[in-house]
Amino acid sequence: MSGLEVNGLNKSFGGLTVCKDVTFELGPGDRKALIGPNGAGKTTLANLITGIAPPSSGTIRLDGRDLRGLREPQRVRAGIAKTFQITTLFKRLTVRENIRLGVSERKRQGLKLLRRADGDRATEAEVAELMHQFRLTRHADTTVENLAYGQQRLIEMALTLALHPRILILDEPAAGVPTSENHLIVEAIERLPKDLAVLIIEHDMQLVFKVARSIIVLVNGAILTEGTPREISRDRQVRDLYLGAGHG
Amino acid sequence: MSPNPRRLVPDLVILAAAVGLFFVFPYDLAFLTRILIMVVFVLSLDLVLGYAGIATLGHAAMYGTGAYAAGLFAIHVSADPLLGLAAGAVAGAAIAAVSGLIMMRAHGLTLLMLSIAVAQVLQEVANKARPVTGGADGLRGIRMEPVLGIWEFDFIGRTGYWYAFTVMALVLVMLKVVVASPFGLSARGIHESPARMRAIGTPVYARLVAIYTLAGGIAGVAGALAAQVTSLVSLEVYSFEHSAEAVIMLVLGGTGRLYGAVLGVALFMTVEHLAAAVDPFNWLFIIGALVLGVVFFVPAGLMGVPGALARLGRGR
Amino acid sequence: MGTILNILVDGVAYGMILFMISVGLSVTMGLMRVINLAHGGFAMLGGAFVHYFGAVLGLPFVAAAAVAIALVVLLSVPMERVLYRSIYRMGELQQVLATIGITFLMIASVNLWLGSSLLPIRLPDSWTGIVDLGFRSLPMHRLIVICVGLAIMAALYLLVEGTRFGIRLRAAVDNRATASALGIDTGRVFALTFGLGAGLAALGGILGAELLPIDAYYPLRYMVLFLIVVAVGGMGSIAGSFLAALALGILQQAVLYLVPDFGTIFFFCCVIALLALRPQGLSGRV
Repeated sequence: MSGLEVNGLNKSFGGLTVCKDVTFELGPGDRKALIGPNGAGKTTLANLITGIAPPSSGTIRLDGRDLRGLREPQRVRAGIAKTFQITTLFKRLTVRENIRLGVSERKRQGLKLLRRADGDRATEAEVAELMHQFRLTRHADTTVENLAYGQQRLIEMALTLALHPRILILDEPAAGVPTSENHLIVEAIERLPKDLAVLIIEHDMQLVFKVARSIIVLVNGAILTEGTPREISRDRQVRDLYLGAGHG
Repeated sequence: MSPNPRRLVPDLVILAAAVGLFFVFPYDLAFLTRILIMVVFVLSLDLVLGYAGIATLGHAAMYGTGAYAAGLFAIHVSADPLLGLAAGAVAGAAIAAVSGLIMMRAHGLTLLMLSIAVAQVLQEVANKARPVTGGADGLRGIRMEPVLGIWEFDFIGRTGYWYAFTVMALVLVMLKVVVASPFGLSARGIHESPARMRAIGTPVYARLVAIYTLAGGIAGVAGALAAQVTSLVSLEVYSFEHSAEAVIMLVLGGTGRLYGAVLGVALFMTVEHLAAAVDPFNWLFIIGALVLGVVFFVPAGLMGVPGALARLGRGR
Repeated sequence: MGTILNILVDGVAYGMILFMISVGLSVTMGLMRVINLAHGGFAMLGGAFVHYFGAVLGLPFVAAAAVAIALVVLLSVPMERVLYRSIYRMGELQQVLATIGITFLMIASVNLWLGSSLLPIRLPDSWTGIVDLGFRSLPMHRLIVICVGLAIMAALYLLVEGTRFGIRLRAAVDNRATASALGIDTGRVFALTFGLGAGLAALGGILGAELLPIDAYYPLRYMVLFLIVVAVGGMGSIAGSFLAALALGILQQAVLYLVPDFGTIFFFCCVIALLALRPQGLSGRV
């Protein structure tokens, strides 16, 4: 099949199991959210998919191809990209340079020594397009460290999208963003390419219910249930375990 | 992007200074040439340290290897200066590539120690390989042919001066191109956030080795220049002090902006020249105070002073 | 057989000196996340003071050493307060430069005060003899150095494992922010640790003067050696420093006896191999 297939994934550190027999699929156009209380293993799962950590057992396939043994940069090139929970942008580079870096590294121009980084017309057009899409054009030549947090989250997404992923993992895209700016993030997610497969890891239930069409609930490293937002909001188990505890 | 003529101002200033100094200090050309050679060396360090953020105290490893390679090349193979420079560049790049494979996986203190250890090993190898390198007596008997078969190296050092200046200018121009390229942008990206570079699919380790190798080639050119112009290579080319002083000069001028290397070297070596002539022992007081002063009060180096003043003026 | 024993005795003694000088460096570097190239300066100052009090003023060795160590500690604490406190906040490169600057100032000061020649330290006559252990005779000096080194390791162990200060120190090394949040005055912990480390370095400098002779350029000459102990041992680890110092001491003496011509090359190649294989050092943290 096309898209991401995660099958029977396990991960343990020492005696502690942080990921238990996780199985799910993520196809083109999907908007799936991964929710669960703190310590449920959401970030671990994301790290297993992006290749930062190897699983103890189980398989991850992209378009039917087993990703075992591929490290982070290779998986990025295969089409899996992830935004960071805490921004690790290139703080002293401008917005334009940040995104340009994403585009030029995707195009494998990183070893080109003798032409200007801003001299490739196709690259510049793409950078401009991404800045436009995320409403960043106004800040193009501002260094990232001088921008508000909400804006940095948008750059984060633009930079990741510059890698032309087919699977996009958004790790807490609204973390640290003031509630008043949350709509910026929601709008940005809604404007993502329609055929992109998106997995959103998020705490903020309101945001999840706005953007996700399907929700996976993770508890203690295992999938508790998966369903549409409507099903999840009515699920008694989820209410007790997660929503009840979190919003009680 | 059309070329902006104002961008050429610093280059014209450097050119004018070189011409002016040539006529004002005709008997100090040897010293001025040493400055030019050091500029090449520190420019190479700027690529590694200023742009890619690789903290090293062993940059002399590549300079020294370039110097010995060029010296031996002149004695045993060909006394043509340009071929000698190429030999120095290849040797510097080769040693950087090999040591970079070991070093570029490490960070912080471990990286510093590895960089120092590599230079020390090379110094000791050069010391023990006496039949080849002359050991502690230095490598002697280097005689260069005229540059391009036209300009003979003379006693006062006129040819050496313009030769070194030309090489310095070419290296500066080349580095200006490189730091503005996608490669240069990726070096800055690694400096800012290696984790993010990995997350956008860059093989960071391989890229670092590539940057280090390129810088090694340039440092090798600097060493080769020194060997050719002074007709001597001593063990000092590998010394820790040589590496450390290069770092000091770079930070004094300002890292990651190329012209900082030019400014830092010129200022440091001039002060050293004057102070050491007066009182060589208390020179360390001056350099110690200078270093602390820069680190504490102008952390961005001399190139950062105008910006700091401007911010002060705007009341920020 | 005799050679092996000689290597071991000299190597262990040498290692103990390296341990005394480097342990404070390792702990401060692990604690404050600072790269400090000036630490050898405290060892030199200890030696220079003993030289001055002993050879110039005629004080007996033990008294001279005690005063010297006290002076170094008294000097180091204000230095920590005034200089290092700002250095902790700097980037790696700035730390390297600032501490190189401090090293230069230390060298220049001692040079101005006592000149650039060797500063000999006269040990008590009873230290220069040979002790007969029955199966083997040993130079008294080596024996004293080894005993002092072991005593210091034991004392440090008791200090870190058994006292309130030790608990605070470990907490601060582990996580400075959490330690401050728990109400530990990390500034005080830093200053005390720094002073203790400087004092130990002074002691090592004095006792080790026979192996690492004291002169104004001492801090620069042996800078790399002391830092290598820290890098190999792992920053912030007392046990790691001990192991690394012993291993490097024995290695150094072994190459001196066995491959005298290629000692330095061999030594540094071993260090490179070790650091390449274990970039975090023998033991990560305390």
